[in-house]
Amino acid sequence: MAKLPTPAELIQINYQMPSKGWLDLKAELRPGYYVNAAAPKWMQMIDYPFPRSWNVADEDWQLPEDWKERVLQGMEDRLQRFRSLKLFFDICVRCGACADKCHFFLGTGDPKNMPVLRAELLRSVYRRYFKTAGKLLGELAGARDLTDDVIKEWFYYLYQCTICRRCSVFCPYGIDMAEMTILGRELLSSVGINIDWALASVAQCYDKGSHIGATPQAFKDMVDFLAEENERITGITTPCPVNKKGAEILFVVPSGDYFADPGSYTFMGYLLLFKYLDLDFTMSTYAAEGGNFGWFISHEMGKRLNAKIYEEAKRLKVKWILGGECGHMWRVCNQYMPTWWGPIDFLEEPVSPITGTKFENATVHKMVHISEFTADLFKHGKLKVDPQRNAHIKLTFHDSCNTARGMGIFEEPRYIINQVMPEGHFFEMPPNTIREKTFCCGSSSGINANENMDIRMLGGLPRANAVKYVHEKYGVNHLGCICALDRATLPTLMQYWVPEMEITGITELVANALVFEDEIERTTDLRDRPLAGFEEADEEEGAE
Amino acid sequence: MDFFKRHFLVPLIAVLGLIAIAYLGVAANLQFVFGVVIPYLAVLIFFEGLIYRAISWARSPVPFKIPSTCAQVKSLPWIKRDLADKLDNPENKWWAMGRMALEILAFRSLFRNTRTTLLRHQEKPEDSRLIHWSYKWLWLGALAFHYAFLIVILRHIRFFTQPVPHWVTALAEVDGFVQFYIPTVYITGVLMVVALLYLLARRIYTPTLRYISLAADYFPLLLIISIGITGILMRYFYKVDIAAVKQLAVGLATLKPVVPAGIGSIFYVHLFLVCVLFAYFPFSKLMHAPGVFFSPTRNLPGDNRWNLHVNPWNYPVKFHDYMHQEDEYREAMIEAGLPVEKEK
Repeated sequence: MAKLPTPAELIQINYQMPSKGWLDLKAELRPGYYVNAAAPKWMQMIDYPFPRSWNVADEDWQLPEDWKERVLQGMEDRLQRFRSLKLFFDICVRCGACADKCHFFLGTGDPKNMPVLRAELLRSVYRRYFKTAGKLLGELAGARDLTDDVIKEWFYYLYQCTICRRCSVFCPYGIDMAEMTILGRELLSSVGINIDWALASVAQCYDKGSHIGATPQAFKDMVDFLAEENERITGITTPCPVNKKGAEILFVVPSGDYFADPGSYTFMGYLLLFKYLDLDFTMSTYAAEGGNFGWFISHEMGKRLNAKIYEEAKRLKVKWILGGECGHMWRVCNQYMPTWWGPIDFLEEPVSPITGTKFENATVHKMVHISEFTADLFKHGKLKVDPQRNAHIKLTFHDSCNTARGMGIFEEPRYIINQVMPEGHFFEMPPNTIREKTFCCGSSSGINANENMDIRMLGGLPRANAVKYVHEKYGVNHLGCICALDRATLPTLMQYWVPEMEITGITELVANALVFEDEIERTTDLRDRPLAGFEEADEEEGAE
Repeated sequence: MDFFKRHFLVPLIAVLGLIAIAYLGVAANLQFVFGVVIPYLAVLIFFEGLIYRAISWARSPVPFKIPSTCAQVKSLPWIKRDLADKLDNPENKWWAMGRMALEILAFRSLFRNTRTTLLRHQEKPEDSRLIHWSYKWLWLGALAFHYAFLIVILRHIRFFTQPVPHWVTALAEVDGFVQFYIPTVYITGVLMVVALLYLLARRIYTPTLRYISLAADYFPLLLIISIGITGILMRYFYKVDIAAVKQLAVGLATLKPVVPAGIGSIFYVHLFLVCVLFAYFPFSKLMHAPGVFFSPTRNLPGDNRWNLHVNPWNYPVKFHDYMHQEDEYREAMIEAGLPVEKEK
C-alpha cells in the first residue's frame, strides 16, 4: 500500500486541464485511488460470473473471451430497461454545471471526475456502437472503440463516484450520474470485474445476514454487550429482544451500528430509547443488516440483500418495521424497496404505539425512519430530556447524501437536535454544503476500504473543509449524522483533516439527554466522557 | 491538430461550408431547391425524427421512481414545507408538474448553480479553503438565449400568416419598443446573438468547459449564431424584398409553394441554415428540449413510501431464506438462547 501523503501534500490539487484530449488520454491507475480486485471466493458465494484471482495493477485483467459482446449486449439490455440511461446518454449538453459539484473532482482536479466527463466515458462507447453519427464520425462525434483500456478506465472512475447525486441536483435536466454509475458497475460485474471491499460485504451479508459476517450467536453477543454497557453507565437495563415472534415492531439497523464505535453509541441510544418507551420490538439475526452494499454494485444484488427485511417481518409476524439511522439503507428503502416487493399485505400501516400517530407517509412501505419516529415522540411531549447533558458538545449536522437527495429527510433530525441540545450548541455548516447541496463523506458506495486512502481523503475534502470552518469559527467539536457509513468513515476523514472532531449519531444525543425515573446519577455520557460540570469529579476519580 | 482545435474548427468550417453551399446554390439558380424542396424536407425530418426519438425514449420503461429530492419530503403533518419545498420535492403528480414547469420555464436547477474554488493558504497548505458561492451567469445566459430565441421564432409567424394574428404584431411591437434606428430594432434578435456569443465564449475560455466540449457542442452554437447574424444583416443592412419573402413563406405554409424572383441570396443562406438546424435537431443534443420532459429525476413525485410504483419488468431474484441461516447455525443459536423454528 502506498503511504498516505500528509494533508499539506495531498491538498496541492492541480486543477489544470491536461493538454491531451480525454478521448486519447489513457487512464493512469494510481495506487491509493482504487480498491483491490474482488477475491474469487466472494464472487462464488453470490454466483457472480468469472471468479478468478487478478490484480488491478496487472496488465492483463483476464477478461472472458467474449467480454466485448457481453458489455455491449449488457448496455443494450439496460438501455431497453432503463429510460433513465437512454435519456441521460442522449440529452446532456455538456453545459458544465455539474463540473465543480463533484467532491471527487474538487478533491483531485482530475477532469474525468467531472460528472459530465465520467458520464462521457460511458457515452462515448454508446455513441460508437448505438448511434449513427458515432459509427460514421468516430472521435469527432465523441465516440470511441470499446477496448480493455476503456474497461480499466470505467473501473477506475466508476469507483471514484459515490453515487451521491450532488451533480444531479444542479443538472438542468436532472441527469443522474448515480444511475449511470450503478449500471456501469453492473456492466463491469458482467465480465468479472468487482471490488473486493464491496463484494466481501455483499457476500457476507448474503450468506450470514450482515456485511460484517457475524453469525447469529455473534450478533446476539454484540447487542447484549451494548445493552450491558447501557446498564453500566445509566443503571438502566435495556434488553434487546432478538428473533422474537409476535413483537409489534421489527427493528432493522445497519450492522455498523452494533459493530464498532462510534456507531455502537447510537445503538446504545436506540436501546435506551426503546426501554424508556417500553416498546414491543425485536431485532433479527437474519435481517441483521439494514445497509445494502448490494445496491452499490447492481440493482439485482440490492434486491437480493433487501429481500430479508420483509421476509423476516413476515416470519416474525410483526405489524410494521422501524429502521435505524442509515443513509443508503434509506435510499434503497425509499427508491426501490416498495417497488421490488409491493404491495405488502402482511404488515399493517405503521402507527406509533406511544403517540397514536399514523405515519401517513409510510402506508405502502410500512417502514418508519427512526428520526420520524423520535421527532413524533418529542412533538407529543413523550420524552423527558435534559439538554444540559449534551452541554459538552458543540454540534454541526451533516446531511447524508442518500437521505438528503434520495429521500428528503432534512427537518426531523434538526428538530430532534434542537430538543436535545442546549441552546446555542448547534451550528450549521455553510449553506452551499448542507441539505440538498450536502457533500458526501467521500467513502460511500462500497469504497471505504483501506487500500484507497488517498482518494477517500480527497473525496472527503469538501465535507471536511466545511466542518473545519465551523470548528474554527464556533468551536464545533461533534459532527452529527444519521448514517452508519458516515459513522464508519468520517472518523478517519476527520482524523486526517480536522482532528478533535468526534462523529455522533443523533439517537446517541437523544439517549444522553433522556431522563429516566430510576436512573443512577449521570456524570458521563454514553462514551464514558464526563458531562459538563463533572469534569473535576472525573479527574479526582482518575487520581485515586 | 489538438483536441480542441479539431472539435472547434470542424464545425466552424462546416457552418461556413453550409453558407457557401446556399450561396452557390442560389447563384446556380436553384431557388426552388433551397426555397421549397429543402425546407419541406427539413420540416419532415424534424417531425419524424422528433417523434421517433420520443417514442424510442418512451419505449424504455421507468422501473423505479427516482426523483432527486431537493427539499424536505412530505412526512409528519406538522413538519413545515413551504412552497419552494413542495416544488423541489413534490408529493404528488400535480406538484411534480409544478416542478417541471419551474424547470422548463425558469431553469430552476441552473438557478441553484454555484462555483467552487480552492483558496490556497501559502504557508499552511492544509488550511486552504474551498469557497462555494452562488453563480448565476450560466442561468442568466441560458435563460436569455432560450427566451430570446423563442420570441424570435414567434415573431417569424408574421411571415407565414395572412392576416398576421394580432398577438404576433403586438409581440413584435413590444420587442421593438426602444426605437433608435430605422427599421425598428428588435431587442430579442440582438439579445439572442449576444447570449449565444457568451455561451460560446465560456466554452472556449473556461478551461474545464473547453476540455469537455465536443464538435457537437460548437456546431449548434455556431449554426444558430450564423442564423441570427444573417437574420440581422438581412433586416438592417442588406435588405431583401420583404413582400417576396412573405409570398414564399405563405406559399410554403399553405402547401402552394411559389418562388418569387428577386429575393437576395442572403435570405436563402438564412433559410438554408434554419433548415439544417431543423434537420439536425432530432439527432443532436438539442433533443434536451423534449428530453427534459422525460427526465425521471425531475418529473416524478417523491411519494414512493405511500404510493406504489410498479416496475413492468420486476422479476424474482435468488436469495437465502431464514431457514438457510437456521439450518446452518441451529445448535449455536439454541445455545445462545435464540428462538428457533425447528429444535433439530
